[in-house]
Amino acid sequence: MLIRRPPDIRESEVTDEGLYISRRQFIRRAAAAGAGLGLAATASPLAACGSDAGASSLAVQDDELTPYDVVTGYNNFYEFGTGKDDPAQNAHTLKTRPWAVTVEGECNKPGVYDIEDLLKRYPGEERIYRLRCVEAWSMVIPWLGFPLSDFINDLEPTSRARFVEFRTLYDPEQMPGQRRAVLDWPYVEGLRMDEAMHPLTLLSVGLYGEMLPNQNGAPIRLVVPWKYGFKSIKSIVSLRFTREMPRTSWAQQAPNEYGFYANVNPEVEHPRWSQARERRLGEFRRRETLMFNGYAEQVAHLYEGMDLRTNY
Amino acid sequence: MNVERRTSNAERRRARRWVERSVRGSIFLLALVPLVRIAVQGFTGGLGGNPIEEMLHRTGWWALAFLILTLSVTPARRLTRIGWLVKLRRMLGLYAFFYATVHFAVYVGVDQFFAWDYILEDIGERPYITVGFTALLILAPLAATSTKRMIKRLGGRRWNRLHRLVYIAAALGVLHFLWLVKADIREPVIFGAILATLLGYRLAAGPYKRLARLKWFGNSRLSIREAEEQGR
Repeated sequence: MLIRRPPDIRESEVTDEGLYISRRQFIRRAAAAGAGLGLAATASPLAACGSDAGASSLAVQDDELTPYDVVTGYNNFYEFGTGKDDPAQNAHTLKTRPWAVTVEGECNKPGVYDIEDLLKRYPGEERIYRLRCVEAWSMVIPWLGFPLSDFINDLEPTSRARFVEFRTLYDPEQMPGQRRAVLDWPYVEGLRMDEAMHPLTLLSVGLYGEMLPNQNGAPIRLVVPWKYGFKSIKSIVSLRFTREMPRTSWAQQAPNEYGFYANVNPEVEHPRWSQARERRLGEFRRRETLMFNGYAEQVAHLYEGMDLRTNY
Repeated sequence: MNVERRTSNAERRRARRWVERSVRGSIFLLALVPLVRIAVQGFTGGLGGNPIEEMLHRTGWWALAFLILTLSVTPARRLTRIGWLVKLRRMLGLYAFFYATVHFAVYVGVDQFFAWDYILEDIGERPYITVGFTALLILAPLAATSTKRMIKRLGGRRWNRLHRLVYIAAALGVLHFLWLVKADIREPVIFGAILATLLGYRLAAGPYKRLARLKWFGNSRLSIREAEEQGR
């Protein structure tokens, strides 16, 4: 078992906490003001974030941020209940420290990786992504995190690794929703290796410039912005490189509705929700859903030659 | 002696009528509370991150709840032997239709904002919407024939037969709810279990013979009020 102990970050890289907090408040207020007035809250919050962690060029530039209260108050996280406000109410029972991610399978560097070490090793950056839920609502969220590919590169997957499988914590004491067999716990998600290595794919540890609130998948979660939200697994405790396609939770639960790929696709019908349009939370009128959630330019090549109707 | 008895009977009837009226009035007002709450919370931002969805869910929930309450009246009446409870049935049924209509109106006018292409596609292709819409279509003629005049015009037997459709509407309503939820089927299953119990009770208890003999609504010479008095 290998536990990495990278050097601590330099003093100069750490923002003074007072300054940090005031900056966060500014961002939130600016975003709220933008939302309230119906203005595009682009320039000010983005500029402020940019000064901090180096905003990625991959971030969405033209979309208004979803207010913090909505991002942290309207969640699908069945481990804490199936109502949208259940996670915000119940997730306080989750203990996010100590926390470790176990790495197994087809790689040269399996082991147990402590969350603190991951945070020190991989510099966070701000990524503003659209999040599209299969239930036809969407948000725009300023995530903090690092590319999954950075982590994977260090784990040295072997040539036999074709998929990455992720697991959420299973602990009904901390996650009361797991006391009922709503899903086959623990929650499992997976990506093909090329999807996992894509520069858009993020391991997130925060949002709106602060640590991830528990209801958003603390302390570490996946964010895959061109896929339906359920792919972006929360509170990850294990990562496994596999040869076989992982048996992911929702695809197990209702295989006719949810596939392994779950790419946002307005043309592939879902028996319950039209995927052609979505409601951006905070907006009144529905808007057209974009192919790959608007990230077609970056990711469409991953699926060339694939029938996206059968590989939904 | 005889006179005294008559007055006490009249007093008793008056007292009973007062109880009836208060109960009906209270239920009429109470039934509006969910709608008022939704409206107030809607204006004050109390409906969470997705208020339109919340409005849809709550109005739908109450439509189903009122449908179940409507179907509980007859068993409650038979078990308690309080005949005038039947007078609540129409009001509860109309509230079920009212909430179902608000539910549909929110879906068409707010959620979809009159995007008829998408609405028609939803109704045609998404099973849970198909059955929900069917339930509403079934409830409409029941609401339209709920007046005393329509009962008389149709005649009791035909009216009764028509209004048996309410069972189908309720079952479709439960199915609508069941097919909507992704994984947590607890609530629709509870609704379904209550509905099954209410239907099972009717099958087990058999027809209400005493009322049938009185030709409940069947005798056109018998006014509803008289029939209700006798059925008590």
